[in-house]
Amino acid sequence: MTLWRIKINSSVFNMAILHTVNKSPFSDSTMNCCLAICSDKDHVILIENGVLGAINTSPLASRIKNMVMSGTHFYALENDVIARGIESKLLDQIKLINYQDFVRLSVECNQIQSWY
Amino acid sequence: MRKILFISRKSPYGTSAPREALDAILAASAYDQDLSLLFMDDGVFQLIKNQRSKKIEQKSMEASLQALELYGIDNIYCQEESLVSRGLENTDLIFDKIKLLNNQAINDLMANQDQLISF
Repeated sequence: MTLWRIKINSSVFNMAILHTVNKSPFSDSTMNCCLAICSDKDHVILIENGVLGAINTSPLASRIKNMVMSGTHFYALENDVIARGIESKLLDQIKLINYQDFVRLSVECNQIQSWY
Repeated sequence: MRKILFISRKSPYGTSAPREALDAILAASAYDQDLSLLFMDDGVFQLIKNQRSKKIEQKSMEASLQALELYGIDNIYCQEESLVSRGLENTDLIFDKIKLLNNQAINDLMANQDQLISF
């Protein structure tokens, strides 16, 4: 498992919205609602049961891959991933972040929208 | 003056979230800020006319939402795709002048705020 560290680059965060999602897409439409609104400039952090949306069999896997190709950034909180034992099943497109990275993203992005 | 968008995403009566959203924006209106309210996902069900919530002994969201006008909150938005996917139309809604937004417009609206508050 490789840890990914955020490089500070202010242009990446210009007008960007940080979205957090804490529900599994297998049983809840919350992540769907988030992706419908999310733009190619935005950042999405999957937290709590939301990290289940980061596995390669996620119902939104192909959608996440396409959005990453268009520029959207996807992250999963590493403690929530490890707690659920799914680190070997994650989509390659999802970056693992720790709590410090979460705080840094929260500060860098202009707005934060919690999808819960 | 700060731009603050309140986002109400839950259906009425099941949880206290819709009422808390309304309470919060009405309270915020005392501070002379640039306030907006967005209904999306199941939150659009709050906007349906002819709610008779006395049947479940709850205060009507429909009646409560009328307070927005009295408090001078005019920027009221609704996610168009949530209406369409739930088979609802403009004529089903309590506000005549509610602004329907597509998903791209909602992203723009969010990106142009100072603060988002989600319920």
